[in-house]
Amino acid sequence: MSARRMLDRKLLRDLWHLRGQWVGIAAVTACGVAVLVTTRTSYSSLLASRAAYYAEYRFAEVFLTLVRAPEGVAEKIRAVSGVAEVETRIVAPVMLDVPGLSDPASGRLISVPDQQRPSLNDLHLRRGRWVTPGRPDEIIVSEAFAIANRLELGQTIGAILNGRRQALRVVGIAISPEYVYEIHEGGLFPDNRRFGVLWMSRRALASAYDMVGAFNDLSLTLASGASPTEVIAAIDLETRRYGGLGAYARSDQMSARFLNDEIGQNRVSGTVIPAVFLAAAAFLLNVVLGRLVTTEREQIGTLKAFGFSHRTVSGHYLKLALAAITPGALVGIGAGLWLAAQVNARYAEFYRFPTFLFRVDGGAMALALLVTLVAALGGAAGAVRRVLRLQAATAMRAEAPPRFHAGILERLGLARLSLAGRMVARSLVRRPARALLSVLGVALAASILILGRYFIDAMQLMADIQFRHVQREDLTVVFTRPKTVDVRFELERLPGVEVAEPFRLVAARLVAGHRARRVALTGLANGSGLRRVVGRNLRSVEIPREGLLLTDKLAEVLAVGAGDTVMVESLEGRRRSAPAVVAGTVDELLGMSAYLDAGSLRRLLEDGPLATGAYLKVDPAEISVLHARLKLLPGVAAVSSRATAAASFDATLAKSLGLITGILIGFAGTLAVAMTYNTARIALAERGRELASLRVLGFSKKEVAVMLLGEQGVIAAAGIVSGLALGYWFCALLAGLYQWELFRLPFIVSLGTLSFAVSVVLGAAAASGLVIWHRLGRLDLVSVLKSRE
Amino acid sequence: MANATTGAPVVQNPTAREEAVVFSARGLSKVYRMGEVEVHALRGVDLQLFRGELVVFLGPSGSGKSTLLNILGGLDVPSSGEVRFLDHDLLSANEKELTRYRREHVGFVFQSYNLIPSLTALENVALVTEIATRPMAPIEALRMVGLADRLHHFPAQLSGGEQQRVAIARAVAKRPDALLCDEPTGALDFETGIIVLKALDFVNRELGATTAIITHNAGIAAMADRVIRLRSGAIVEITRNARRAAPEEIVW
Repeated sequence: MSARRMLDRKLLRDLWHLRGQWVGIAAVTACGVAVLVTTRTSYSSLLASRAAYYAEYRFAEVFLTLVRAPEGVAEKIRAVSGVAEVETRIVAPVMLDVPGLSDPASGRLISVPDQQRPSLNDLHLRRGRWVTPGRPDEIIVSEAFAIANRLELGQTIGAILNGRRQALRVVGIAISPEYVYEIHEGGLFPDNRRFGVLWMSRRALASAYDMVGAFNDLSLTLASGASPTEVIAAIDLETRRYGGLGAYARSDQMSARFLNDEIGQNRVSGTVIPAVFLAAAAFLLNVVLGRLVTTEREQIGTLKAFGFSHRTVSGHYLKLALAAITPGALVGIGAGLWLAAQVNARYAEFYRFPTFLFRVDGGAMALALLVTLVAALGGAAGAVRRVLRLQAATAMRAEAPPRFHAGILERLGLARLSLAGRMVARSLVRRPARALLSVLGVALAASILILGRYFIDAMQLMADIQFRHVQREDLTVVFTRPKTVDVRFELERLPGVEVAEPFRLVAARLVAGHRARRVALTGLANGSGLRRVVGRNLRSVEIPREGLLLTDKLAEVLAVGAGDTVMVESLEGRRRSAPAVVAGTVDELLGMSAYLDAGSLRRLLEDGPLATGAYLKVDPAEISVLHARLKLLPGVAAVSSRATAAASFDATLAKSLGLITGILIGFAGTLAVAMTYNTARIALAERGRELASLRVLGFSKKEVAVMLLGEQGVIAAAGIVSGLALGYWFCALLAGLYQWELFRLPFIVSLGTLSFAVSVVLGAAAASGLVIWHRLGRLDLVSVLKSRE
Repeated sequence: MANATTGAPVVQNPTAREEAVVFSARGLSKVYRMGEVEVHALRGVDLQLFRGELVVFLGPSGSGKSTLLNILGGLDVPSSGEVRFLDHDLLSANEKELTRYRREHVGFVFQSYNLIPSLTALENVALVTEIATRPMAPIEALRMVGLADRLHHFPAQLSGGEQQRVAIARAVAKRPDALLCDEPTGALDFETGIIVLKALDFVNRELGATTAIITHNAGIAAMADRVIRLRSGAIVEITRNARRAAPEEIVW
């Protein structure tokens, strides 16, 4: 009993003696566990919060926009097998004149029932009250829009409803599961200042838009077990003659899809990175324990000679392993939960859920503990096996000098190296596995640093391509209804407009065999100068005279290639269907588009030269005058500006990626320090005696440091070089995984990221070297004159 | 042996040849503080070592012989007293000057050899000759200790005696003025010990370096010019052997 206590005391002393290394191992373990807990917890919290939100506010499962249908059609839809609940609405685009905002904002007016709360897509009222039935001047505004524009209850905003200017008073501020992301049509990212959702009494909205007894928007939920595809087909058939634009499932709903992608990202990063950290922790533990056993050979021999069993002695070393990794795991769980709370707070702010649930992923926690335990035992196993192999007598004898051989290196011209160089080279070659693992550890740290900044690099490249190469216009104007292309002359007469280029967007379904996708067909004027189609290598692609140019992701979804034919089913106007040949594909990063020449689109639809909007090049001096004019134009549904879109993209990026990137970089830095410090400390422990004897023989501290740190330098250098390669590979892997329909991350590693990763690792190595340098000064020269204790 | 002179401490023998003195110490004391206990490792030692002589320091553990050797070798500084090597004042020297002193003037042989395991015998010697000012060729040093045929062996491929002989070659290759050996045969069996002592005897005669061997093995005393016995931090007896016995004649 007291012998066991003695061993435990020895455990505490060992821990104290190795405190630097233990702190390193514990820190790396904590980082790995924390990343796992943070990502899994925020993942499950997001998932749970979303599910609760969708369920509680009855988010619809199928959506349909149509031109105009009498209310009675809703009954027919209700009768469709598989349909559970149906809600009809009136939805209208609106131009807004927001106080304090010089450029016009656009909005989406959505009707709410007068008698009861919406049966689907209900609102969560944050502040204020519900609109009074029938009042045409009362609105509820979306919270994001209200916050971005500092709108208060009771404030009024100007609006042009169906061509008539009207003042709307804010009576409530609300959120909706349908608009977790508020993105206007054709937008890439939310711009909450310039786009908002407004809810108005159904009766009031119906009279403003001449929709009494009719509707133009339909949403529904499915009976359990119903097939969305069949329901959608049935509804499309039913609503065809009312100008139905084609029903789509929740998975294709803009906001829902964005949220899905976001959660998907979370899952990807939550598995790859913790695995890397835990592997590094296991490796460090393995090396440190191995070293400890080597230095304690005689002690182990003595313990065994005293009659301690194999089990007791090896249990002692397993305890040592657990002693380092357990606090690491506990701190990691604590820190992970805390960080998850921070991330969740960001999410709650970003997504505006009515309640953001904190859902601790018990499975993740168990997984973290299990992985940690496996790492500890795996790391200690090698050392313990060696303890068991030691026979008491051999253990008590001093260790024979480690074996070195003049191996392959000698033949490769090692003879030309200095003696110190040979020492470094032979030491590395003698334990190739360990050298490789050390290199790998440093490489992992460097690669995570690169990986951590990859998202920012990729997003910035995307923004650069979008806002500097694709979009070359200053403003985009969307019309309330199609106009002839001659509208360009009208636009060019507006103050400040230098060039106006009309474009046409047509909602359509592309069908290839059994595959189909709803897209916006984009008709561009031949030789458009303001809007170009650009692939990921900044390759600008000409719109073919005939045939379709598809985003490669869309071609992939439809399983078609150049030369194949797809059916184009227009969802507007006369709803013509016609075959079109795929002329080519373009590797765009954003969205899924189908482009064709304006003339070609006209021939396909068999109608006139129409435009749904125009790109404008504007004299910067006159832009505010132009904004004021555009606000008042009745035919304009929305105006968006390239500069503000770019700015809001940057803001969104900083908000959503800043924290995660910070966490990753902080942890990778910890890994780099722990890795370099531990390998240096182990080297010092193993070679301290040899170096001290050289100091006795008259070598200076500097000369000795070169012999010791040379090896660390080689490891750091090799680690950095392979870390860069590994980082490239990780980024390529992620780029391959992040190929969503909404966007695809490009493969890019910026020079800034590379130099950042290199300097962090070099800094960590230099700091470790400095600690070692300091310790070299304290080498006990006298002790080497004695035999080993 | 050129400088075999009378070897009594200076105070007792004022007629000693001053020009041949390599080491001189006066009133050397060393006090270690071990926790709350003061350990007097040396208590006022007076001593002179002469050029080229082979001195054996005999004493039980704790007698202060190692401390004395460490001070002479520039690894430790006394608490009080004077100690000089030729014209170097070892008392006032700083760390850098001591390193330089060891590098230029002193060769060490350790009980546990302390060769660099990743370097061959030849390279171990060459490592030291690289930083020396007037070294002999590494091969020559190894030939002196009878290891000309083991040049390219690594320490792990050599026996204990061979490793110690490489260590001796490493210590003498720089042509040191003093060769300090701390229990050089402590880890060796009798036969191997004799071979190592033969090597020490040979290099002492060949190079004329003042050689100090500390040991608790009284048998080794026979091969010395002088034998200095220590006990409890003080010199209790200095004797001069009438004849240096050849190592082969030694038994213990």
